[in-house]
Amino acid sequence: MKKIFYGELKPKKGAIHINKNQCKGCGFCAEYCPKDVLEMSEEFNLKGYHPPLVKDEEACIYCQLCEAICPEFALFVTLKDKEENQGEESQSRP
Amino acid sequence: MSREAERPAPTNPIDEFLRKDRIPHIWCSGCGIGVVVSSFADALRKSNLDLNKVAIVSGIGCTGRVAGYVKLDSFHSTHGRPIPFATGLKLANPDLKVVVFSGDGDIFGIGGNHFIHAARRNMDMVVICVNNFNYAMTGGQVAATTPLDANLSTAPFGNFEHPFSLPYLADACGASYVARWTCLHIRRVTQSMQEALSRKGFSLIEVIAPCVTLYARRNRLGDGLNLLKYYYDNSVIQHGADTRTIDISYQSKMVCGKFIDREKPTFLQSMNTHLKKSLGDKYVPYGE
Amino acid sequence: MKKVKADPKGVLTGAHYLDGDFAIAEGALAAGCRFFAGYPITPSTETAERFAERIPFVGGVFIQMEDEIASITALIGAAWGGQKTMTVTSGPGFSLMMENIGLACMMETPLVIANVQRGGPSTGLPTLVGQGDMMQVRWGSHGDYQVIALSPDSPQECFDLTVRAFNLSETYRVPVFIMTDECVGHMHEKVVIPPADQIEVVERKWYQGPVDKYRPYQPDKDGIPFMVKAGDGYKFHTTGLTHDERGYPVINAECQDWCVRRLSNKILDNADKIIDIQEEQTDGADVVVISYGITSRVAYRAVQLARQAGVKVGTLRLVTVWPFPEKRIRELAGKVKAFVVPELNLGQVAKEVERIAAGRVPTVPVTHCGGWVHDPDDILKAIKEAAR
Repeated sequence: MKKIFYGELKPKKGAIHINKNQCKGCGFCAEYCPKDVLEMSEEFNLKGYHPPLVKDEEACIYCQLCEAICPEFALFVTLKDKEENQGEESQSRP
Repeated sequence: MSREAERPAPTNPIDEFLRKDRIPHIWCSGCGIGVVVSSFADALRKSNLDLNKVAIVSGIGCTGRVAGYVKLDSFHSTHGRPIPFATGLKLANPDLKVVVFSGDGDIFGIGGNHFIHAARRNMDMVVICVNNFNYAMTGGQVAATTPLDANLSTAPFGNFEHPFSLPYLADACGASYVARWTCLHIRRVTQSMQEALSRKGFSLIEVIAPCVTLYARRNRLGDGLNLLKYYYDNSVIQHGADTRTIDISYQSKMVCGKFIDREKPTFLQSMNTHLKKSLGDKYVPYGE
Repeated sequence: MKKVKADPKGVLTGAHYLDGDFAIAEGALAAGCRFFAGYPITPSTETAERFAERIPFVGGVFIQMEDEIASITALIGAAWGGQKTMTVTSGPGFSLMMENIGLACMMETPLVIANVQRGGPSTGLPTLVGQGDMMQVRWGSHGDYQVIALSPDSPQECFDLTVRAFNLSETYRVPVFIMTDECVGHMHEKVVIPPADQIEVVERKWYQGPVDKYRPYQPDKDGIPFMVKAGDGYKFHTTGLTHDERGYPVINAECQDWCVRRLSNKILDNADKIIDIQEEQTDGADVVVISYGITSRVAYRAVQLARQAGVKVGTLRLVTVWPFPEKRIRELAGKVKAFVVPELNLGQVAKEVERIAAGRVPTVPVTHCGGWVHDPDDILKAIKEAAR
């Protein structure tokens, strides 16, 4: 197994997928994202709610808190660039 | 709005646990029930249970609608009766893993008697009670868990009835696993659910969730986000705390954590052990 | 409808001296019932006690629940877990069960409930006979639905009709009621239980097809949907709300019409196969005595005396009380002079007979509030009056 030293570790990056029409604009995801990746947008979805938008995609560290906390099951995060992350998967959502 | 944003190409991992033809669900914007369902789906995935053998029973109410959205053998029974329904289901087929997913009014109000007896018998089931402190579906009436002084439609001048402390009640009845969290404690809720799903005996997980349209609005506690924040910020984690001391009063600290985790023989284990001892070889064992 | 032989483990073959309550328990075991959830109530407790004593040797579960509401709900859960289920109760417990009887009808759950009737209303006469729940069994729960109710008149019939009740409930996916009374329940008589291979038992209508094609409430050709049980991988949903064929709640008038009519027609369209009445000398009779349960035995004495006095009287015993034998009674209403309906209540079935006779002939109820059986002379007097 290839040895990995802490200094060489790179933080994971996530890609956020938002199902805008399923969102009910509660704001939990934007509020609790630890890296301020999301903010509530000004646009309206089909039901008249304001869905979130990805403000700063590079800052996402694939913690998946937004995915876990969304009451509408409307957004989820996938791991970007698997090779760069030494093939490690996050323990929370295998 | 572009088409691709509406249908993301990779699918949400939770979709395999949901009845997609019924999503979006009926819960309000900012309601905590969806978060608890998400934590439950996560717990099911991590616990490696055979999902064909997991059955979920709900009562009536907002949380009672969970059975209709989760893709398992699901039963939407009458008000207050998911626990005896689950008892029958489990005893008829002991291979099933039975989960009761219902609200505080349903399980502890009208269903109070069933709760105490199932806990007393240590019936093998997991009870997930989403506590929003009122009867939300019918328009926000006072419940057995409503804190003193809260304002609800049938207590329009403030609630003067003392509420239950659910972990205390469960402990007194003999439940073998009792935990309480707020719905924002997502990973801890999942962990508690995993522990409860992997053990035998009667487990209660109380999850405190915001009720936006009714409890929060009538008591001027803000919207879903405000109330969620409020519950989380006012909670302290004290595993193993004495269940006699952890009441929730209006606008004060909420003690969360895993309070009870003890081994006790379940109903079927006791039945088989005892009857085998009394009747010897003539006894036909059941379920084991 | 798949018929099999009874499981010999549960069949107590032989001639026994049993009371009605015990015979019901034996009938349940013979029919394959392996789950009983009950609550003690006089005069039905003996059935629960007998089941509790016998089940450890047969293999199954007896659980005494905390109240009748929990009992019936546990039955519904156990039926969906794949077992044949039963409970017994009497008047006050029967009233408690009503909401979930509605749930069982809506979810189309097979189960059997025996009501050993006693004097009512309310606590009434706990240890004495009555027949006052005959309308309640039909209309007790809210909304429109149909059930099947049987009325045994002896411990032997308690055994036979319990086996039939299970078979009817599995065939039609409906709760079936055994409406005995305290007299038959506590009466000791000879009960002959045949060998297991002579008892016919109906298996549940299990679905065998592919998982993705399964629709829980899609009626089959005979109007009855196929059933599955929890744990078989179908991941179905069922609810007490008005639902469509997927089992999902649909809250509008069209679905309500589809759902509720289907539940009623399931029984009414098959009424001819379900109804069981025993007639005797009704051809050419002037008076027909319509009775059920213990009263039919008392009425028979009155009928004998009336025949000795020269009255042309026939008897019609209702073995199934619901669905009511409307067709036959309508036929007879054109031929006889009067109906006499003795019962241990203030005229519940009599009103039904009167409705069906539609004024063509008088219906004479012989009422009795319960507590004891009729004096045959009262029934005889009514017969003679009616014959005039």
